[in-house]
Amino acid sequence: MDTSWIAPVATGAFIVAALAFVLSLAGLSRHETARSGVAYGIAGMTLAIAATFGLLIAGLPATDAVIGIVAAVIALAIGAAIGLWRAARVQMTGMPQFIALMHSFVGLAAVLIGWNGYLYPGAIPHELEGIHHAEVFIGVFIGAVTFTGSIIAYLKLSERMKSAPLVLPGRNWLNLAALVAFVGFTVWFVIDPQLWLLIVVTVIALALGLHLVASIGGGDMPVVISMLNSYSGWAAAASGFLLSNDLLIIAGALVGASGAYLSYIMCRAMNRSFISVILGGFGIAAPAKKGEEEEGEVREASAADVAASLADAKSVVITPGYGMAVAQAQYPVAELTRVLRERGVDVRFGIHPVAGRLPGHMNVLLAEAKVPYDIVLEMDEINDDFASTSVVLVIGANDTVNPAAAEEPSSPIAGMPVLHVWEAEEVIVFKRSMASGYAGVPNPLFTRDNTRMLFGDAKDRVEDILRELASVRA
Amino acid sequence: MRIGVVAESVAGETRVAGTPSTVAQIVKLGYEVVVEAGAGAGASFPDAAYAAAGATLASRDAAWSADVVLKLAAPSQEEIDRLAEGATVIGMLAPGLNPELVDALAARPITAIALDAVPRISRAQSMDVLSSTANIAGYRAVVEAANEFGRFFTGQVTAAGKVPPAKVLVAGAGVAGLAAIGAASSLGAIVRATDPRPEVADQVKSIGGEYLPVQVAVEQSTDGYAKATSEDYDRAAAELYSQQARDVDIIITTANIPGRKAPVLITAADVASMKPGSVIVDLAAANGGNVEGTVPGERVVTENGVIILGYTDLARRLPNQASQLYGQNLVNLLKLITPAKDGQLVLDFDDVVQRSVTVARGGEKLWPPPAVQVSAAPAAAAVPEPSRTPERAKRVEGGRPWLRVAFWSLTGLVLLAGIAFTPAPLPQHLTVFAIAVALGFLVIGAVHHALHTPLMSVTNAISGVVVVGALIQLAVPDWTVKVLAFAAVLLVSINIFGGFAVTRRMLAMFRKAEK
Repeated sequence: MDTSWIAPVATGAFIVAALAFVLSLAGLSRHETARSGVAYGIAGMTLAIAATFGLLIAGLPATDAVIGIVAAVIALAIGAAIGLWRAARVQMTGMPQFIALMHSFVGLAAVLIGWNGYLYPGAIPHELEGIHHAEVFIGVFIGAVTFTGSIIAYLKLSERMKSAPLVLPGRNWLNLAALVAFVGFTVWFVIDPQLWLLIVVTVIALALGLHLVASIGGGDMPVVISMLNSYSGWAAAASGFLLSNDLLIIAGALVGASGAYLSYIMCRAMNRSFISVILGGFGIAAPAKKGEEEEGEVREASAADVAASLADAKSVVITPGYGMAVAQAQYPVAELTRVLRERGVDVRFGIHPVAGRLPGHMNVLLAEAKVPYDIVLEMDEINDDFASTSVVLVIGANDTVNPAAAEEPSSPIAGMPVLHVWEAEEVIVFKRSMASGYAGVPNPLFTRDNTRMLFGDAKDRVEDILRELASVRA
Repeated sequence: MRIGVVAESVAGETRVAGTPSTVAQIVKLGYEVVVEAGAGAGASFPDAAYAAAGATLASRDAAWSADVVLKLAAPSQEEIDRLAEGATVIGMLAPGLNPELVDALAARPITAIALDAVPRISRAQSMDVLSSTANIAGYRAVVEAANEFGRFFTGQVTAAGKVPPAKVLVAGAGVAGLAAIGAASSLGAIVRATDPRPEVADQVKSIGGEYLPVQVAVEQSTDGYAKATSEDYDRAAAELYSQQARDVDIIITTANIPGRKAPVLITAADVASMKPGSVIVDLAAANGGNVEGTVPGERVVTENGVIILGYTDLARRLPNQASQLYGQNLVNLLKLITPAKDGQLVLDFDDVVQRSVTVARGGEKLWPPPAVQVSAAPAAAAVPEPSRTPERAKRVEGGRPWLRVAFWSLTGLVLLAGIAFTPAPLPQHLTVFAIAVALGFLVIGAVHHALHTPLMSVTNAISGVVVVGALIQLAVPDWTVKVLAFAAVLLVSINIFGGFAVTRRMLAMFRKAEK
């Protein structure tokens, strides 16, 4: 059988697949086109895998090609089974750690591909050998950082590891030393490709990944996740350079760029420097405990009080935070929204860009609980409306509604854009206890005149309010 | 301390600075409240209601002798003399327009607070009396126009024939303008609006109006008010107004520039070109008027039968709620300057709001206050596409420009060197890489916030495309490589299938409210 036509067709298919990925990302930017975006992504991936199988088939009837095809089918089948099973089972509140774990797979795969590139370089012209070795190193390095970084992020998010930032002495120097060592070893490896050099660099990169993410506190996780997303893209692109495959380069660069842009958006929302996030460990100035005592007294409300306020309210804004995810309170909150809307109350949601542990985390949770997305608004869309709002329910949010950020120039979070909930007539704060938020900054909102606190598990309390509300006549 | 709510002395004033509900709130702040008997009569608040809210009713002299006097309009000289030594008077003093009044207030050992001088920052919104008055005026302007207008606002198809809807032009989409747009469009009229600030286009649209842009570059406002603008703009705007005047039935003008004479938007020629029976309501009449031919406080009919209303008392025509809103603004101010809620008024000049409103204290003139920048001045936006560009504009203006230049120059150099001096396949790869990065930024630029998580899981699945590399390595004649590649394929296929599946699951959950 003549198989010489397969290779050029596969190259063409790769380019088409790359275009499909571009369309996929473009589609994902709007609600109306999001589903077709996913369809494009799946189509592109199917085409890419099919073309690769074509290349394997072109190698038949050699034994290695047969083994390769069989192994490929087995690996894909197992991977698909695990992937689909996990995707169907994962809880929406567990989405951050799920995505972090996924990133680690791409990172590890990039490391393995890099190693293979060293172990079996294939036929490489002499003048390209140096470049090939550098590509191996870069691929392995980015992949390894992504791998361990994602693993740490996964552990922190799933609370198998303390989320407080790890502070080693001279941590910025440690990171810098790792980078310098990487550059130095790369040059050495290009001149003299020894296996031990590859091992050393892999270990350094793994350690760097560990350290970068371990030194970031749990509250900054939305940025970390999108940063790792970006890294996993760059790792794929590096593999593309190594394997001389344009599809990998394009797809990797797309993902890398989009992740970097998302991180940038997150950083701006938190008023942090983008550069210092990319380099890791940007929580440096963070949670030194402030000696300030909270002044003023906290007023407590009962579920019945809150139900009465809500029944009389004309407009209600709910600002959820990570606490809502932890308490799994999105379903009763959605129910409360439905009941209030049926009573003619204008209910909307105000989402801070960094609420939760993943960009867009709150939107996903609310969507899961079937809250219509057109009443879920961004911070900028809703901030001017708080002054005309009757009641604001702050559910499990703290730093993102802290008036100190807007009003006290000396506050550690000064300048961070926040939801101006305190401008509403009445604010109800759902909270487990009087502890500070992740930034470790006291929140003067709790002692404001128009604020009342509702202590306890957010889910239980919202359910209490629903019960009380049923007994208040509309 | 004792707070006195006095009756207004200006002829035709129907409002009052305190209502039973605001008086009750002031009592809660720890003050003793004295209300001049009959003060609320014009706004339909009987004396008994004040007494029920916890106030004491008293004579004019007793109310004026209180420690703090709450008023609406600026006090007359006679009233300033009535104030006790060390007393505080709070009202709409319009200090920018009345220098003599400021001097008169500063001549006495009293504190004078101008509620209408509250800076336009979000924290002070709850005391922004200009906003609440403007809101009332905008609404009432439409009601007055409807009263004079001999036709329906809404279009109808009846057995007796078709009635076309009225066309309304609102000049200036500030608080009053927006209120007017909302009121007119809910009566069924076709509403158009103009404003020098293109960023209000969305607000206009959101309450049912159509925004007519003036196609000239505009200076960005820093204090939240539209500024007087360049000649080019004025010419283009004049054309727009002339053109609209011929077409519309009702014009409501709201262009007031604080502390200055109002700009003329509609010329006598424009008025002459309007259809007989058309109505113009000039909300800037008190400041000179936006329309040539406006007489402040009067109803004028032109030769060609156009009615120009120059009423300056629109807020007084809704006295009950105007008083309630004004009173609430006052309560919010009192809350700010009564930090301990013990009935003791304390002014803190470190607070820009408190500094800005204080016109005089203890014989010292404190007007004008230092300028306050509005906290959230919107970023400069290009005129043609106001809704899309602010993101970009903000990015460019922030940060250190030299760092940006240095970064991009370095990137360019590296790319150039990489492409120029490396052997065969690498230049192509670098080209593809650079283009793909640029494409990635462009494509993702406008992503909706709610879609960040699905986007991330899809990009995660897409970066699983490294499977292609691993698959090819499976067929390599080396067992170590095969095993490693097998592991890579397995891991990455979890990614691919899991990533796409979970994204589909998430997107299936997003839905719009059923109608």
